[in-house]
Amino acid sequence: MEYGVNERGYYGQFGGAFIPEMLYPNVEELREKYLSIIQEPAFQEELQDLLRDYVGRPTPLYHAKRLSEKYNTKIYLKREDLNHTGAHKINNTVGQILLAKRLGKKRIIAETGAGQHGVATATVCALAGLECIVYMGKIDTERQRPNVEKMRLLGATVVPVTSGSQTLKDATNEAIRDWINHPEDTHYIIGSVVGPHPYPDMVARFQSVISEEIRKQMLEKEGRELPDYVVACVGGGSNAAGAFFHFLDEPSVRLIAVEAAGLGVDSGHSAATSILGKTGIIHGSKTLLMQTEDGQITEPYSISAGLDYPGVGPQHAHLAQTGRAQFIAITDADAMEALRELSRLEGIIPAIESSHALAALKEINAGPNDVVVLNLSGRGDKDLNTILTYFEEQDASK
Amino acid sequence: MPQNRLTRLFQEKSGNLLNIYFTAGYPKLEDTVTILEELEAAGADLVEIGMPFSDPLADGPTIQASNQVALENGMSIKKLLNQLVQVRERVSLPLILMGYLNPVMQYGFERFCEEAARVGVDGLILPDLPFAEYEEEYKPVLEKYGLSLIFLITPQTSEARIRQIDALTNSFIYMVSSASTTGSQVQASDSQQAYFSKVQKLGLKNPLLIGFGISDKPSFELACQSAHGAIIGSAFIKALQKPSEVRENVRSFLQSIKG
Repeated sequence: MEYGVNERGYYGQFGGAFIPEMLYPNVEELREKYLSIIQEPAFQEELQDLLRDYVGRPTPLYHAKRLSEKYNTKIYLKREDLNHTGAHKINNTVGQILLAKRLGKKRIIAETGAGQHGVATATVCALAGLECIVYMGKIDTERQRPNVEKMRLLGATVVPVTSGSQTLKDATNEAIRDWINHPEDTHYIIGSVVGPHPYPDMVARFQSVISEEIRKQMLEKEGRELPDYVVACVGGGSNAAGAFFHFLDEPSVRLIAVEAAGLGVDSGHSAATSILGKTGIIHGSKTLLMQTEDGQITEPYSISAGLDYPGVGPQHAHLAQTGRAQFIAITDADAMEALRELSRLEGIIPAIESSHALAALKEINAGPNDVVVLNLSGRGDKDLNTILTYFEEQDASK
Repeated sequence: MPQNRLTRLFQEKSGNLLNIYFTAGYPKLEDTVTILEELEAAGADLVEIGMPFSDPLADGPTIQASNQVALENGMSIKKLLNQLVQVRERVSLPLILMGYLNPVMQYGFERFCEEAARVGVDGLILPDLPFAEYEEEYKPVLEKYGLSLIFLITPQTSEARIRQIDALTNSFIYMVSSASTTGSQVQASDSQQAYFSKVQKLGLKNPLLIGFGISDKPSFELACQSAHGAIIGSAFIKALQKPSEVRENVRSFLQSIKG
């Protein structure tokens, strides 16, 4: 079974580039050039220097002893939360900004939900001295205010999107519209493994530094390159794509993708796309998509602004359909409990996104001799308001 | 392929063709056929009926908002096709359905084509359907039901690709006036004129209709100088928003373009 992308941009039956003609030249230029550019030695040298000295890589693979004890297995946390700007998102934006410069682009646009990708994009634009416009749903600008302020401080223009449901999918639509209106000087830095080919593959390649490091660090710490489990949360799925990348063709490694069940998979307030979605087309690719019977895209829900996307990357759709990855859905309540647990057991406050992955530990039943690597995709600082409000309300209702 | 109303139209009339876009189910759910009747009476040459979608990413704010209202009114592909069942008793204009691929896919592509052809639809615009997929999967189905697929070109579309599109289609080519979403203003700029005349000189077998940014009589006439006609969408949707009765809005808008 082939889990990577084929030359036409498909992962099994998912993927492709379903885009209007207005976007064709942009996407085609990228498709023609991305592989040769990112494989150039000079590009790689610049990228690796930045990843080391600017982003702070390699991130540690931390043996979480107290957490391991609790679940009676051996748990390592891949500390993407220790990256500059606080999450794995920067791995991709650093790569794409170098690519944009080589393509001669002057203007960068991006979409953001929780704001992590927006901050990571604003950061690399400041670094490269390029204009940066970030589209963000108006509702998200309100619930993620500190990230809005950070982006502005970094010199980016944040555009609150008032169309549609005013969240991530609408921010993505607006960014695409901007790109249509600026076909020559603008590069669109997509933040997840979604969008038309080559985006899902390109972003996965930039994020694959995560699994590349895990293999090396596993060898150092455990004397073997392959863990028994790799666990990661999935909204669009970029951190999971990066954590899975170098294990896709290693059948002994069990890949666990954790989605947001929101208030419960059947509650009508969920973002568990692999369960609730049907094959459809969103933002230029064919994938699993939450939609009505009539094919209208529905608004997902999760307490985590980074996981409430109505689709998943096409590679994840393929991994779900073929069974290569096991998909688990975790509710808001379980994720928040896991967040508090890690904070108190290990002194690490994880992002709410990553807390979904943590909550899956009790579902996977790993044995005492198993090694579990969990991708801790980001830190919880950005979520402090949501966390405090959540626990206050919970205490009040007791 | 049997000759449909579109091919006949282009044989009979060579210039100044007015194509009007409106969103099905807007402003009211049941307005679709009324608007079509009035468009025919007021002198439109062909009509593009938009099938509303929650995420119409090639469209600007006016059309997007009309899509949202239409969905709130309860419009769907199924309802639209039901509304069109008897349309051919009352309207003889060529009809094109325009929409994004996802709702059509969920309806079932072949079922959609079969039913659309049965109610008298002549062509489709599916802006996010890629070439390769069209040729392999969709073209045989469209041909089976005698439907034309209309492709878009933009100022950034290469000559080779324009020729490829010209070879693939058999009704007209939708020439997007500038790099934009719908509803932006067309301007008589040098670069735009250069693009129009470059495409005109290619000697394509299909006629060209210019769309995006055509909003009034001057921009319509300007577009007609460089193509066989033009498409008006956002400006027509805005005209439908006036408080007067829908027939009156259609009539006075067409009067303002053609009069």
